[in-house]
Amino acid sequence: MQHELSSPTIDWPARIERGEPPSLAVWKFASCDGCQLSLLDCEDELLALADRVSISYFPEATTAMVAGPYDVSLVEGSITSEHDAERIRQIRRDSALLITIGACATAGGIQALRNGRDVDGFTSIVYAHPEYISTLATSTPIADHVPVDLELRGCPIDRGQLLQMLASVLNRHALRLPTTSVCIECKARSTSCVMVAHGTPCLGPITQAGCNALCPSFHRGCYGCFGPMESPNVGALRAQLGTLGLDGDAIFRLLNTFNTGAFATAVEEGST
Amino acid sequence: MTHKTLNLNVPTLTRVEGEGAMHVTVKDGIVDNVELEIYEPPRMFEALLRGRGYAEPVDITARICGICPVAYQMSAAHAIESIGGVVPGGAIRELRRLLYCGEWIESHVLHIAFLHAPDFVGVDSGIEIARLHPALMAEVLHLKKTGNRILDVVGGRPIHPVNVRLGGFYRAPTRNELESLSADLERAHAGAISMLEWTSTFEFPSIPVRLANHTEYVSLRHPGEYPFNEGRIVSNRGLDIDVETFGERLREYQVAHSTALHAVLDDDRRYQTGPLARWMNNADLVPASIRAVADELGVGATETNPFRSILVRGLEVLWAVEEAQRIIATYRRPSRPAVDVAPVAGTGHGCTEAPRGVLYHRYDIDAAGIITDAVIVPPTSQNQAAIETDLRDFVESHLDLDDHTLGHRCEQVIRNYDPCISCATHFLRFSIDRDAS
Repeated sequence: MQHELSSPTIDWPARIERGEPPSLAVWKFASCDGCQLSLLDCEDELLALADRVSISYFPEATTAMVAGPYDVSLVEGSITSEHDAERIRQIRRDSALLITIGACATAGGIQALRNGRDVDGFTSIVYAHPEYISTLATSTPIADHVPVDLELRGCPIDRGQLLQMLASVLNRHALRLPTTSVCIECKARSTSCVMVAHGTPCLGPITQAGCNALCPSFHRGCYGCFGPMESPNVGALRAQLGTLGLDGDAIFRLLNTFNTGAFATAVEEGST
Repeated sequence: MTHKTLNLNVPTLTRVEGEGAMHVTVKDGIVDNVELEIYEPPRMFEALLRGRGYAEPVDITARICGICPVAYQMSAAHAIESIGGVVPGGAIRELRRLLYCGEWIESHVLHIAFLHAPDFVGVDSGIEIARLHPALMAEVLHLKKTGNRILDVVGGRPIHPVNVRLGGFYRAPTRNELESLSADLERAHAGAISMLEWTSTFEFPSIPVRLANHTEYVSLRHPGEYPFNEGRIVSNRGLDIDVETFGERLREYQVAHSTALHAVLDDDRRYQTGPLARWMNNADLVPASIRAVADELGVGATETNPFRSILVRGLEVLWAVEEAQRIIATYRRPSRPAVDVAPVAGTGHGCTEAPRGVLYHRYDIDAAGIITDAVIVPPTSQNQAAIETDLRDFVESHLDLDDHTLGHRCEQVIRNYDPCISCATHFLRFSIDRDAS
């Protein structure tokens, strides 16, 4: 039930082994910027963190840039162009540890709604001159292109998990992130089940925990920011959503938003 | 002026939200061409909104920008509510303003202290400023955090708040929950003044030809309050139209060097939006307490030097802190957190003041509540032409600077607008060709 970081496959960068500040790079692909912004939103910890790492490449925060290789790379965003597909391969070559942050990087993000659809048609809806636009037909997670050492889920990621992850990397200890469903978090914080008590459609039963059941605590159904939990029973939830009055299109839309690719994969796996 | 022929490259523009490129060509001391190049890998929100439910844009369009998600939520909600003539009032309206106060505070303070101030201080980052001025930056970080705390309490989280829906909120906060912000807001008020006093000591470069009558400044204007969610679209040149007419007169055009569309009014009426425009059109609407601080710092009712936008942002932060205090002091929890918004076939227009300027949304929905068309015009698209004009004027009047300094100053010219590049752009590089032949 727990995700272990300190597996034997991790080859710790020498600086981390020696307890020295590792070099940190932050990269952006197709995304809203919100996950890297989470780092700057750690107002209480930011300055302490800046003393524990050597920020080598983080263009949103600093003009100073140090060439690679980097001990730790945080990667936000999905791959939507040939240029970016090449760029992530180079970043992988330059990075000892590559950590993806957020639903775009881990699942393709909302822009993965284009996958399987007519992207040329999409382009011509938005742009008068689609011939100027270079884009792939798909939006894909980073792990489809290069090996990823660790991922943080969420749209956006949780600040607490981000700090926990950085602390585990700096101290070479295990990172324990829940892989249970959001339902467990509702129970832990004594939030009434919005689906049982109010008939509110909720993806909590199939969504990975990590947000501390934020939406149900606001009397709202979970909409799946953290993507599918391990072995989700999508079929059972679909039936329940149907009982609550959602038609097939509405269920499809609910399952295909910020983690489109991931829930789609989970559905395929569940049906085999 | 210059006798050199050379190419100068600054490979990545930093301290902006996102990444892009810029190219300047100089021939015989005259700027031949300026292009703000934007390589957003297209995310195509307008296309993927087609076929989605009418309640979904509030959450989906928030994902256009992690820094100003509330702006997207508000413009989307107002646009769709307008189709059926729904106008949430009372405490719901106040809560929306409070949420927006949180976003203005966190977004403006991020820009002022972390993205913009390093240019004036002469360092690479806000973190270095913190090492130089630890006590000041502790208060600035607290101020930013207070903006995020408002977003937490009212919206559930600072980035992509979960509590916003058509008609209002999923859950209205209690009075006690809002009052838990009071002590932080009091300290934040002092922090906002300290930050303003500090930024007012900066030396501001100028762009000589830049005059108020040279540019059109467009913003919302509401009869009784500094604008967030409601009002007419006005300008310093007498524009005064409703949001629907604004939408009809907005023209977006595509240029080969950018994946962000440029926006103009009518066919070729260029304008800019953002803090300078809001202040110019609405400075008479802020309370006397804010005007007094502005007077003390020498900020006039009409500020046209884009480098001084950092002061106007600071005044807007102070105003947002006071507005949040006012809302919390008079808050009565509404009996219902939202009013019903049924699907009505038609077209809806919405426009609200994002931290960077007016953000326009239009949706066509059918009787079943399915979106058939969506148009979104972010402030950065509207400001691209103004940025290019500023770059041209700045380079032309500063050709005596060496390439390194000129390149650095050009980045500052772009940062003056706090471009929200995820809304519009992706990868900014700087290059300049000087051709003496």
